[in-house]
Amino acid sequence: MTIQQQLELEPNYRRNRVIISVVVIALMFWSATTLNFSNFSINGFSIARSIINGLVNPDWAFLFNATPSGVPYLLIETVAIAFLGTIVGAILAIPLSFLSATNLIPKPIAWIFRTVIMVIRTVPVFIYGLVFVRVAGPGAFAGLLTMSFASIGMVSKLYIESIEDLDIKVLEALDACGCNTFQKIRFGIIPQLIPDFASTVIYRFDMNLRDATVLGLVGAGGIGAPLIFAMNAYRWSEVSSILLGLVVLVLIVEFFSAKVRTKLVRG
Amino acid sequence: MLAKKKIVLSDGREVDEPRSMFLLWLILLLIATWASARMTGFSLSVLLTRGNEFFIYFARMIPPNFAYLSYIWGPLFDTIKMSLFGSVLGALLAIPIALCSANNIMKNKFVLNLCRLFLSIVRTLPTLVVALIATYVLGLGTLAGTTAITVFTFAYIGKLLYEQIETVDMGAFEAMEALGSTKTQAFFSAIVPQVLPSYIANCLFNFEGNVRYAAILGYVGAGGLGQIINEKIGWKEYGNVGMILLVLFITVAIIEFISHAIRKRIT
Repeated sequence: MTIQQQLELEPNYRRNRVIISVVVIALMFWSATTLNFSNFSINGFSIARSIINGLVNPDWAFLFNATPSGVPYLLIETVAIAFLGTIVGAILAIPLSFLSATNLIPKPIAWIFRTVIMVIRTVPVFIYGLVFVRVAGPGAFAGLLTMSFASIGMVSKLYIESIEDLDIKVLEALDACGCNTFQKIRFGIIPQLIPDFASTVIYRFDMNLRDATVLGLVGAGGIGAPLIFAMNAYRWSEVSSILLGLVVLVLIVEFFSAKVRTKLVRG
Repeated sequence: MLAKKKIVLSDGREVDEPRSMFLLWLILLLIATWASARMTGFSLSVLLTRGNEFFIYFARMIPPNFAYLSYIWGPLFDTIKMSLFGSVLGALLAIPIALCSANNIMKNKFVLNLCRLFLSIVRTLPTLVVALIATYVLGLGTLAGTTAITVFTFAYIGKLLYEQIETVDMGAFEAMEALGSTKTQAFFSAIVPQVLPSYIANCLFNFEGNVRYAAILGYVGAGGLGQIINEKIGWKEYGNVGMILLVLFITVAIIEFISHAIRKRIT
């Protein structure tokens, strides 16, 4: 009896579920209208077969070629671009995020800087790439500038969250001990922020390494350009060796960055 | 610097201050920064003399050409539909593989590791490469873009979902089994309710990112806003580019607002 009563206490979600399902299915049908199969031809299958054929036969000589046109050098260059880009972006993001933290800065001013950050985040990466290629000429330097700019948005968004989570009680305790402003920053704020900031930066480095192909599209250095060239020229075994190198590199970096980040979070 | 600091307390006991590794990390970081700067050809003089060109380019996009607005709606809705369809389809496809990759559901070690390896490789494949291959196989247009977004969402949601499933409380599952329900029944009433809120939150977050990313995909001919941005930059019609970016900004802001509101309610 009591079990039956308890069972009947469960609120009835059926109406909500039906409404949500109808909305989702309607949205799916609406969005499916954009799929046009008119450009798809029977050729697709033979192209797919030749692509797969090339991808499973990597160009081993290219993969282990130690000259500046081989995969290892290109990967190192990509890492250098992503690394320095992340560092520069992370430094540029610090003032921006302090200026948009609502617990430090009056709300109207903070919202202005938040809008600026959102604008920076919305502009697609390749637009920055195209502009910087015109500023600095094609090559790794343009890629570095693009990466730094593209990193600012996400990094400062995560920075702001950590700044707004600051434990103010620590500062009050330091105040009560008679610390001056500099000491409060050194012992009250920096130790709280450094693990969070470092974790954010390492995460962004991961992402930048993965996004490095986008730079190749606009000729901004790294492994992206040879990859796109090889794809446009249908040299699939070359594509395969580049992808192999990239996937292995990203997985290794991800493994270590996950380790470091869990260590940072646990303290 | 390297010697341990000893502090004598007032009751005569000695306390060691743990050695700080901060300096070592700083030096390593500086060396890596210097090496990357050498490798990428970082040059401050170029930045100082030609850096203002960056702002000149963006200044040309102001004021945006409002007359162009009527041409933007088509590609804009294509972009939204592409990301919506791809996100939903990818998120649904991710469920079975996430179940096979969670060590508390899949007891077969071989299948478990195979599924995880597959997810990692798909996740590290650059989305642009997937999009380019899709344009070769499926033809130019939104179908290729949708495929690329589906693949990315599949891998991203798959990883988050299996990590989520592994952290659920299995007590409720065991209790239901002990009461005589089958494994399937126990799964739906004990595990699904624990995972569902964060699964939906992740899907919405991913959808936000996909709208942004879909704007880039057009660059390789996969349809949507990227295609017209690419055209307008090529023709140097910067007022139109400014208008496209403005529309993209407003769209992303609206979608973020809606998804933020839903995520706040369900978690």
